[in-house]
Amino acid sequence: MSVTPELPIIPKLKANAILNLLARGQRIDKRRLDEYREITIKTGYVPNAEGSAYVKLGNTQVLAGVKLEVGQPYADAPNEGVLIVNAEFIPAASPSFEPGPPDENAIELARIIDRSLREPRVIETNKLAIIPGKKVWIIWLDIYVLDHDGNLIDACMLASMTALMSTRIPAIDVNKETGEVTIKREETQGLLPISRLVTTVSVYKIGNYLVVDPNQEEEALSSARLSITVTEEGLIAGLQKAGLDHLTETEIEKAIELALNNAPKLITAIREAAKDIRAKEGINSEGG
Amino acid sequence: MGVAAEKEKPKLIDEKGLRVDGRRPDELRPIDMEVGVLKNADGSALVKYGNTWVLAAVYGPREAVPKHMTLPDRAVLRCRYRMLSFSTHERKSPAPSRREIELSKVIREALEPAVLTELYPRTTIDIFIEVLNAHGGTRTAGVTAAALALADAGIPMRDLVAGVAVGKVDGIIVLDINENEDMYGEADMPVAAMPGLGRITLLQLNGVLTPEEFRVALKLALQGIKRIYDMQKEVLRHKYAVVEE
Repeated sequence: MSVTPELPIIPKLKANAILNLLARGQRIDKRRLDEYREITIKTGYVPNAEGSAYVKLGNTQVLAGVKLEVGQPYADAPNEGVLIVNAEFIPAASPSFEPGPPDENAIELARIIDRSLREPRVIETNKLAIIPGKKVWIIWLDIYVLDHDGNLIDACMLASMTALMSTRIPAIDVNKETGEVTIKREETQGLLPISRLVTTVSVYKIGNYLVVDPNQEEEALSSARLSITVTEEGLIAGLQKAGLDHLTETEIEKAIELALNNAPKLITAIREAAKDIRAKEGINSEGG
Repeated sequence: MGVAAEKEKPKLIDEKGLRVDGRRPDELRPIDMEVGVLKNADGSALVKYGNTWVLAAVYGPREAVPKHMTLPDRAVLRCRYRMLSFSTHERKSPAPSRREIELSKVIREALEPAVLTELYPRTTIDIFIEVLNAHGGTRTAGVTAAALALADAGIPMRDLVAGVAVGKVDGIIVLDINENEDMYGEADMPVAAMPGLGRITLLQLNGVLTPEEFRVALKLALQGIKRIYDMQKEVLRHKYAVVEE
């Protein structure tokens, strides 16, 4: 069952300060309403993963990693690789996170990222069949939130996209007689084929104002959120409204505009972060 | 979409511009609504959008068990969206899926803005949504049914909430997509709103649209929602207002 959450308690003084500043077009950390915090992306952060990225967005820290395994395709897509996305809000990341299986927030986040990658066909899964109809690559994308200071969806999307961009496919041996596939993880056969980059821009409604990239205090004050997935070509590839409050048509229009304006910067940050690994593999970072 | 792309994609719009079930792009499926269909629930409704049939039941405001789950300043909404095991082509395992967990949250958040929860502190309002037969648009039919069930339970609301999914099929923006259009179309966008107040309470997009297509799709969804909302009011009026004469 999905239950109305208890709202985080923000000291009245702090809440008033945030709202008064927003009325003047300012934020408590001196940013504009449409401005992201500093983004740090470290690609290839976890050596044993086939691809990984650590993202620090202000004081929010997340880690995404990719492992590749050989498995069976879905019956309705026998020649395509399979993407499986999971997210965990580890208890180390916030006093409000508890150990245990992913809650509805973690599941929602993972499913937003899954859809944002799947629908615009970010990964060229049609190139990931090993033995058509029998053996394909299974892409496990796992996301861990390490420290929660707001805007987890965007931070996790940045980490996921960068991790996929930097994923190397291990070499394999296929036994011609038995059809058995052995993975040789110490060797690589190239990068995971990526057709286009996507990012999410989550717009939060605080009072009557719309902001991007809130910190944890601002997020606690927000009443609604619209996460907008934008492709590198400026198409809308996913939407998800959340929160206890509504949005008007005008607010949605403004949120889309904020997303389209902010997405190019985020996509550039991903491209930059994955540049070295993609160059090393002999593929330029522009395309797939 | 994505997953089904390998299968032969049927033609979704014919030469006359009509859809797989003969509808025009801006036409809803035949919609049927009934309130008070369960005896024990405080409020209930059965809503049909074509072959998508959804039952909603509301209990409350009632005392919460366990007690620590309540809030001091308002009622807690608890919402469960579920598909019956035989509501789909392949049997659906009765264990809650990740999709059902997400949709329970999305539907709860579509209803929260409407319910005057501040009138009933320290209580819970339970909303159970059971999909009896799935043929596309189950979450939005669920929202429409749940809003009727809340009204039937006499729970004060700012406005009714109604929902519908719009989509893009063979390049055309269409209203109230069915299962085939969802599976083989380019985009599926469920929307729910309180039409009397112009407030949008649910918005998702699964697929790719240009910003301009999105605007057209949202407008079309809001038009469809207004028509469904008028039916909701009619059904409630029929049950509760006719005898007054």
